Amino acid sequence: MKAQMNIRSLVNRDNNIVQLLVMTVLIFAVMTALSPDKFLRYYNFESITYIFPELGLLSIAMMIAMLTGGIDLSVVGVANLSGILAGVLFHKLAGAAGIADTGILTVLLGGVIALGTGLVAGTVNGLLITRMGITPILATLGTGQVFTGLAIVLTGGPAIVGFPTAWAFLGNGKILGLATPFVLFAVIAALIAFVLTRTAFGINLMLIGTNPKAALFAGLKRERMVLYSYMLTGVLASVAGIILSGRTNAAKSDYGNSYLLQAVLIAVLGGTNPAGGRGTVLGITIAVAALMLLSSGFQILRFSNHLIDFIWGAFLLLVIVINAYKNRTR
Amino acid sequence: MALLRRSETVIAGILLLAMVLIGTINPAFWQLDNLFSLMRSNVIIGIMALGVLLVLISGGIDVSFPAFAVAAMYLTIKGMLALGYNGVVLPLLAATIMGLLFGAVNGFFVYKFRMIPLIVTLGTSAMVRGFLLGVVGTSMININKMPTALIDFARTDVISVTKADGTTYGLTAMVLIYVGLAVAMHLVLRYTMIGRSAYALGGDPEAARRAGFDLRKTIFFIYCVAGALAGFAGLLHSGMIWLANPRDFVGLELDVIAAVVLGGASIFGGRGSVLGTMLGVFMLVMVKNSLIIMRVDTTWQLVVVGSIVIVATALSAWRDRRRTA
Repeated sequence: MKAQMNIRSLVNRDNNIVQLLVMTVLIFAVMTALSPDKFLRYYNFESITYIFPELGLLSIAMMIAMLTGGIDLSVVGVANLSGILAGVLFHKLAGAAGIADTGILTVLLGGVIALGTGLVAGTVNGLLITRMGITPILATLGTGQVFTGLAIVLTGGPAIVGFPTAWAFLGNGKILGLATPFVLFAVIAALIAFVLTRTAFGINLMLIGTNPKAALFAGLKRERMVLYSYMLTGVLASVAGIILSGRTNAAKSDYGNSYLLQAVLIAVLGGTNPAGGRGTVLGITIAVAALMLLSSGFQILRFSNHLIDFIWGAFLLLVIVINAYKNRTR
Repeated sequence: MALLRRSETVIAGILLLAMVLIGTINPAFWQLDNLFSLMRSNVIIGIMALGVLLVLISGGIDVSFPAFAVAAMYLTIKGMLALGYNGVVLPLLAATIMGLLFGAVNGFFVYKFRMIPLIVTLGTSAMVRGFLLGVVGTSMININKMPTALIDFARTDVISVTKADGTTYGLTAMVLIYVGLAVAMHLVLRYTMIGRSAYALGGDPEAARRAGFDLRKTIFFIYCVAGALAGFAGLLHSGMIWLANPRDFVGLELDVIAAVVLGGASIFGGRGSVLGTMLGVFMLVMVKNSLIIMRVDTTWQLVVVGSIVIVATALSAWRDRRRTA
């Protein structure tokens, strides 16, 4: 019985992955056909490996929040606040040598502060949701504004420009010929995939999302697990913030505003059930890749950013329709 | 009934307390022109809040109404300029209908595909804004090009006072429109079947279905009305500020949702009243405006609004849990 269930869920999941792969190949083919000389250049794909990790991490964070039927609308706020707090620290501690040559210890401290910001922010979200009983949408909508607001208070509005070289390496550098953020993403994604599928914590999250009441009667510590999941979400968001500030050498309170919609879209597109219980890192990764190809293709075709936003929104609604029809036949 | 009344009394009490506090810090708060301008700031947020109240009562959420408002406003004014039409009633009707049609798209996705309203409205919001800025245009329509009839209409005052130095100020007549819409919404929510079905849907969708409510009708009604109110408010807004900006209303959804939750609407659906919402709107607008009077740096605005959302929702959650326990 149990083995049968496992096989069935595996087939279902692979079905979804296969669909995503087909879609990716389709997008790739169409974009290649539309502008073969520009789209197929190595430079295009290389730049995608630099941009995609931020969005990928935010989407994985969104997926984790959705596993328990929640959502985290504060991820972008957390990412920006993390980058800004680190930036403020670097500017305070910058010696006569200038910010670029800040010592490795300071950079490490900045990293701790950024990740700590994510952890604290995630804890606040988790406590509001589990202890105060606020619905995740409104709790994270509120905290997201507070985090963004704090970022504005800290910077006064304009961007904090200038980060240490070692910090910028995280967003700009290369490891063995591959983009550092891409390597970071691969490592973190693998780690999260392991945690979600192979540890008690991950299984618990899936079970809580599938059937909260059954999970409660089975003796799962729902509150604690949900709290942990939001802490993890916060930390992932702050890693995205580190990469973003490293790549652009700046941090600002309103960077990546359109990432929120895109993260939700990718999570849903990647096979996550927003009502909880289903979602894979692999699905998210393929979905991010597909949408990055799509958006870079449209940029090459000289679509304006606003039109690309329109297309993202249309895509989200389209995915809802497709998912609805898929579930109907099942 | 008694309980409902009590919840609004509490909000009114807090509101009064806050007014006294702000008035003590800066007595300028109590000057008539400040109070008039406060009421004026209530109109647009208030009208939108009536729609959001309806959505929250039904257990949904809507983050797309600012996009609908700005699209209805900008498209209507563009249309007026293109046709050379200068009027009030027809444009307002056009903006309302546009908002209603946008809202119907929300209703369609929420009902037909049983999708979480947040995700649907995020999608429609991005589409409408993207279309507006990407296809229709990004340039502002300034006062020199704005239809004069709209501006004149929005300038009407109900009360006009002349100061000692000869300058005049007044209470805008738009407040009457807001109050009129609020009364209509109150009557619909309280005395019509469709209004009661919104409460039923928010309380328990399955129970509402079995009790014989046509949920398709209810859901379409809710999202269409929310969209229509947003479209109407959008055009009224441009008349009041003498400007049509296609990038307007960004982030307004949070203010409005905050105001409605502050006004005692339950975040779990099934509870909420027009009077409470109006009090909540007044409280939010007052706090935001008074930050300037109290000489708080404007960079703190987001933090304050966000905190209000958190505190209000926490209180609402605490109250509802205590009741069900």
